[in-house]
Amino acid sequence: MKTTTSTAAAETRPYSVWVANRTNLIILGIGVLVLIIFIVFPFFDLTSWTRRLVEFFCYLALAQLWNLMLGYAGLISVGQQGYIGIGAYTLWLFSDIIGINPLISVIFAAIGGVIIALPAAALVFRLKGGYLAIGTWVIAEILRLIVANIKRTGGGSGITIQATSRMAQDMGAEGWMPLVYWWALASAVIAIAVTYLLLRSRTGLALKAMRDNDLAAESTGVNLWRTKLYTYLIAGAGCAMVGAIEAMYSLRVHPGSAFSVNWTAYLIFITVIGGIGTIEGPVIGTIIFYVLRETTSQYGTWYFIALGLLAIVVTIWSPAGIYGWVIKKTGFMLFPLQRKLRFAREGETPAPLASGGEKAVA
Amino acid sequence: MSLLQIENASVFYEDFQALYDINITVEEGEIFACIGANGAGKSTMLKTVAGVLVPKVGRILFDGRPIDHMPPYKRVELGISSVPEGRRVFPSLTVHENLLIGAYRNRKGPWTTDAVYDLFPLLRPLKKRQASGLSGGEQQALAIGRALMANPRLILMDEVSLGLAPVVIKRIYEAFPTLLENGCTILVVEQDVQHVLTVATHVACFLEGRIALQGVPSELTNEQITAAYFGV
Amino acid sequence: MDWLNAIIQGILLGGLYSLFAVGLSLVFGTMRLTNLAHGDLTVLPAYIALIIVGSTPRFNPLYAIPMVMVIMFVFGYLLQRGVLNFVVNSGDIAGVIVTFGMSIVIMNGLQEAFTANSQGLDAGQIENMSITLSDQLAIGWLPLIIFILAVVVIAALQLYMSRTKMGRAFRAVSDDQEAARLMGINTKHIWAVAMGVALLIVTIGGVMMGIRTTFNPLLGADRLIFAFEAVIIGGMGSSWGTLLGGVVLGVAQLLGALVFGPAWQILAGHVVFVIILALRPRGFLAKTVTA
Repeated sequence: MKTTTSTAAAETRPYSVWVANRTNLIILGIGVLVLIIFIVFPFFDLTSWTRRLVEFFCYLALAQLWNLMLGYAGLISVGQQGYIGIGAYTLWLFSDIIGINPLISVIFAAIGGVIIALPAAALVFRLKGGYLAIGTWVIAEILRLIVANIKRTGGGSGITIQATSRMAQDMGAEGWMPLVYWWALASAVIAIAVTYLLLRSRTGLALKAMRDNDLAAESTGVNLWRTKLYTYLIAGAGCAMVGAIEAMYSLRVHPGSAFSVNWTAYLIFITVIGGIGTIEGPVIGTIIFYVLRETTSQYGTWYFIALGLLAIVVTIWSPAGIYGWVIKKTGFMLFPLQRKLRFAREGETPAPLASGGEKAVA
Repeated sequence: MSLLQIENASVFYEDFQALYDINITVEEGEIFACIGANGAGKSTMLKTVAGVLVPKVGRILFDGRPIDHMPPYKRVELGISSVPEGRRVFPSLTVHENLLIGAYRNRKGPWTTDAVYDLFPLLRPLKKRQASGLSGGEQQALAIGRALMANPRLILMDEVSLGLAPVVIKRIYEAFPTLLENGCTILVVEQDVQHVLTVATHVACFLEGRIALQGVPSELTNEQITAAYFGV
Repeated sequence: MDWLNAIIQGILLGGLYSLFAVGLSLVFGTMRLTNLAHGDLTVLPAYIALIIVGSTPRFNPLYAIPMVMVIMFVFGYLLQRGVLNFVVNSGDIAGVIVTFGMSIVIMNGLQEAFTANSQGLDAGQIENMSITLSDQLAIGWLPLIIFILAVVVIAALQLYMSRTKMGRAFRAVSDDQEAARLMGINTKHIWAVAMGVALLIVTIGGVMMGIRTTFNPLLGADRLIFAFEAVIIGGMGSSWGTLLGGVVLGVAQLLGALVFGPAWQILAGHVVFVIILALRPRGFLAKTVTA
């Protein structure tokens, strides 16, 4: 028999496993540079662009966290608005009622997110698949209704956060907005870093390979329940944090908008258009979303119809999204998540030979 | 004209090629046996005939008509029915309902529920029982009965003896002549060579996605078959 | 007396919820698809009835129901074959994303066409007719008819599933879709019929609700959640369980409104749902699932 399967060939040829290549290193350098530019950005532009970027980073962080749940644990939530709302109201609670500096209260908001996410997970994880998604929505609705029915929180008409308003007034926009900006930037960077580290971990790779197959994942020794729980908690904390930053930005909280399911619509759109399960996908998605929003959101309902239709079309006909398409065409990843096999050419001694091991950019 | 012709078929599971350039001709009234080790491609071939998989290259002709891009239900209409691997009876349906599903396409022919109960008398008292509660042998009889309800001209049987007691296997193979008498050609896939070779009129031995040996069982020696089976 | 009244009204309201829930459950049962647009698809038929009847009623909207049912059946069939069949076998995630997208499209489409203002369907006399049981207790004919319709629909669906060839095919596809295909069943057609039937059932509830109260394009989310809660409380896969789930939810909501005030009505329902999910995650009448 003259069969030579590809696996047989792999055994005979020397190979090494790579995560990143040289281009990725250069990109990393550029990335650090971009980050520095973003950090110092408010010193040069103090008004409209700083404001825009606050929102941009908030969406980016949220999309990244949503993508983390989906790409890492196969968890699909349509209820992250619950945590965004909780974060906003926790900020109000700590800064206005307890009297802690709002910039520090953001951290308490994240903790508040975890405290809510823990029992919520215990409940919704009893549901499977798509029903789990509706379960997360119910949790968000419960949180919204509670907040909207309490008089102290301003009920359905919302409330102004006094502490932040005072600070914004005292410092002026030039003083206040950069502080909000840095928090927003930090949340986006944290979200990307956490997602990258988790997706690239051993468990992350195993789970990515079998996203829709619980049984297969369990059989590789991955404790799926715990993985799902951790990602859900991380996403809950992150979304609450972003909710708090949003509240600092708008100086007001309103249950109708803080707990709005539109948040989920945005997150789904951003992640699906950009590409699920990659870091770059949500970045691309957020940029597209942002451009679309700036140019067409005045058309109101048509804007939402376009978002919905695009999400449907991409999911059915190009489920890997824009970035998936780019990878397929070029084989290049900015944030490499896959291990690549590199075969030595015949007669060549492979330089960094590490069979089964890995060479990675830390 | 041959009942079934597979011409130069290559079949893939995404990037993985499971069948390489397969050629098979099944004549009307035959018991055609495909044997081979696990993963040799026998079941893939059956699925391709049934329409679950589509060959990337090559053609499948049924009664001289190309069928390789027909969905499974159209093939059932033409008279190709299946006894799937692992029996796959509908667990929440009763035995009788399972048989009725087999007749979903309303093909005319000799097989009715009564005819099936006559062929496998053990099923008659179980008529109203849920199929999930049946033993392996009973389920296999039901799966064959269900396939017969389609009044097939060609019946595809995938590993019918797998996991069954020898007595039960014997009883199932004993039903084969009745099937032939009623105008049903049998294409059977087996890992267990022993039983199938006693009834087969033609045998094809699969090895790593190719046919290593074909012929009439009586004309082949055990050594030839063993060699083709294990690829030694 | 208030209590009794709340319980009776809650039971009747539960009938309506179960009409919404049966459709959600049917779709999930035959193709394991969680339809997040289901709530919006209960709102849509009321608007179709509104178009048929006209704003100055040409005829009673009750008579429009059969026509809307046919329209929704065809719409459901085409929606399934044109869009949703592509995601049935792509896993839960694709299904949730696509149906969520559909939900947004339908909701905003309705807003664009009819504004976000509340509308009503005027069925005349019957809306105010009631059976007086005592001075403080009266049962409206309309809620009663809705409840009876729910019972009839569930019984009819049960018969359809157990007695007809199509119903048998539904169950076979639900058990094992690949085996069903090998037996000659065109699963794409079956899924489309299932979606059509689901929307046909939902139409009854959607239009009746449009007659009983007002409606607007934003109601979809709540309707989806109520249907979902009824399914889970009752136990997945059980039609009568769905009715029971709807009733439990309806009673919980109206008792909650009675005790804590109207603002707490929906929250009370959610809380009871959460308690049942915590204590009895498989619901009251769950079918034993065969692997």
